[in-house]
Amino acid sequence: MQKFYVILVDGTIYFSWLFIVSIGLTLIYGVMKILNIAHGSFYALGAYTAASAVGAYFAGNYPAAGSFLVLILAGVAVGGVIGFLIERGLLRAMYGRDEIVLVLVTYAVFLVFEDLIKLVWGVDPYFAYQPYALLGRVGIGGIGFAVYDLCLLALAILLGIFAWWALNRTRQGKLLLVVIHDREISTAMGINVSRMFTATFVIGAMLGALGGALTAPGISVVPGIGVDVIVLAFAVSVIGGLGSIAGAAIGALIVGLARASAVHLLPEVELFVIYAVMAVVLAFRPQGLFGRAVARKI
Amino acid sequence: MFRDLTLPALAAALAGLLALGVVLPSWLVFLLTVAFAKGLVVLGVVVMMRAGLVSFGQGLYFGLGAYTAGLVTNFLGVTDAVALVALGGAVSAVMGFALGFFMARYREIFFAMLSLALSMILYGILVRSSTLGSTDGFNLPSPTYLGLVAEGVVGRRVLYGLTVAVTIGVAMALHRFVRSPAGVMGEAILTNEIRVEYLGTSVTRVLHITYVLGAVVAGLGGALVALTAGHIDPDVAYWTTSGEFVFVAILSVIRHVAAPLLGMVVFETIRTFAFQYLPYTWQMVVGIAMLAVILFLPSGLWSLFARARQLGGGA
Repeated sequence: MQKFYVILVDGTIYFSWLFIVSIGLTLIYGVMKILNIAHGSFYALGAYTAASAVGAYFAGNYPAAGSFLVLILAGVAVGGVIGFLIERGLLRAMYGRDEIVLVLVTYAVFLVFEDLIKLVWGVDPYFAYQPYALLGRVGIGGIGFAVYDLCLLALAILLGIFAWWALNRTRQGKLLLVVIHDREISTAMGINVSRMFTATFVIGAMLGALGGALTAPGISVVPGIGVDVIVLAFAVSVIGGLGSIAGAAIGALIVGLARASAVHLLPEVELFVIYAVMAVVLAFRPQGLFGRAVARKI
Repeated sequence: MFRDLTLPALAAALAGLLALGVVLPSWLVFLLTVAFAKGLVVLGVVVMMRAGLVSFGQGLYFGLGAYTAGLVTNFLGVTDAVALVALGGAVSAVMGFALGFFMARYREIFFAMLSLALSMILYGILVRSSTLGSTDGFNLPSPTYLGLVAEGVVGRRVLYGLTVAVTIGVAMALHRFVRSPAGVMGEAILTNEIRVEYLGTSVTRVLHITYVLGAVVAGLGGALVALTAGHIDPDVAYWTTSGEFVFVAILSVIRHVAAPLLGMVVFETIRTFAFQYLPYTWQMVVGIAMLAVILFLPSGLWSLFARARQLGGGA
């Protein structure tokens, strides 16, 4: 029973992390049909920038509570700037090319950033443990949890609600749904699709970097942290149905619980249980849990 | 109507490459061996791509071939290179045949993602198996060739010969395959799958055959790379390895059967030199090279040749 409880809580914490990390990827795919491998770079950039910013903040002896704001702002800012530059400077020239070519373009961008990050930050690990330690730990049901992780969960839920609200209850969001549904017709109806694309990519990049920034306090930020995140986020998005925010939430929950169960019950399979889940889900629902089946052309 | 001179040309290329293997410096022979062995995998990826199957998980069969060769030589004591390569291909064929029943139902991005997931499962298993050296992998003893012992530089050159022979042989076979009924159907499936069904062909069967071919070829390539490097680790099954194969396949474009081989030689050369001279920024160099090709040579490296002499007919 105790074990079951731990799995549940661990799984939920992992879920919140996965959801924050994947939501940007699934948004970009939903709107632009680009499977963005560079998402891993945004994550890594966010983590590094946040770690440096928090380090500098604490070196300056400012009130400790402000570090959370610094953390989030650093992530969002770097994601926004880099996302804007990549969309405007590179992807813009590629629209209309094959989906696979676009994947490779983002893969190339990812490779470039892997080394760029090493050039800027070096290969030594960065730590930004202060925000994590600041919140301390709390015992729930006899087991200690880091309050920071519980805050992540709250943040993930808020983020999910906000995404739903922004898409379904605001004018810009509704326009975006129209673009997702039919790009050509929405252009014909006078929606500035090109600007929508820029906005989507920038927001997606911000979310990716935010994911990295929020993760940074709990880990040591080292080169190569982006590479694993990509396939994890892929798995989550594919399980949920690429491009669906609700799907990403469900996918993250399934993956989170599956991994927590594996860690506690059968540690040998921990590394690949996620991909096994993905294969099983796709076996029964090829377009993912929330994906729409596409009509085949005759 | 052109006469198809591809097969004689490939035979001539084989003779030429074998002759080169004797005179080229040892490091270049090594580079070419790896390039041709990986080019073999790309050939399979290209054949699959013609039928619309883009695999982001060819590392599964590449890794399977490599680990089969490594395990058989280390635990069963088989040292014959030809047998090891054949076994690598055979194990991949069996796995590809079994998974093909499942994979042939998927298309486009779902096929890509599912193949990625399968290769990552293999990666996870390999990383977790401490008996197989976990992330460090393990070494392979230098192989023998049909009873002959060849080590050091000579061994390298002999292995190069074997790799070139296998690669060109496969290239010839695949060149024939894409002109066979199943191969031609593959292209038709890419254009319009449902009509192919109406015409009375089983799409699933054609895709299954194509998938197994891709698997076998990747297994052969994996075994050859394992023997060449003398060392294997789980990275052979990681998604970045599979991504490279797709990249070279796109870069070389489905114009000519030799294009993927050429593409892989270019790619490996760029990577080797970048790694040698810019050890801290080699990934950046590779990434920028990728972007440059996609931006400035939208129809692939082969278009540099094709532009010179406009040949009719595809592939």
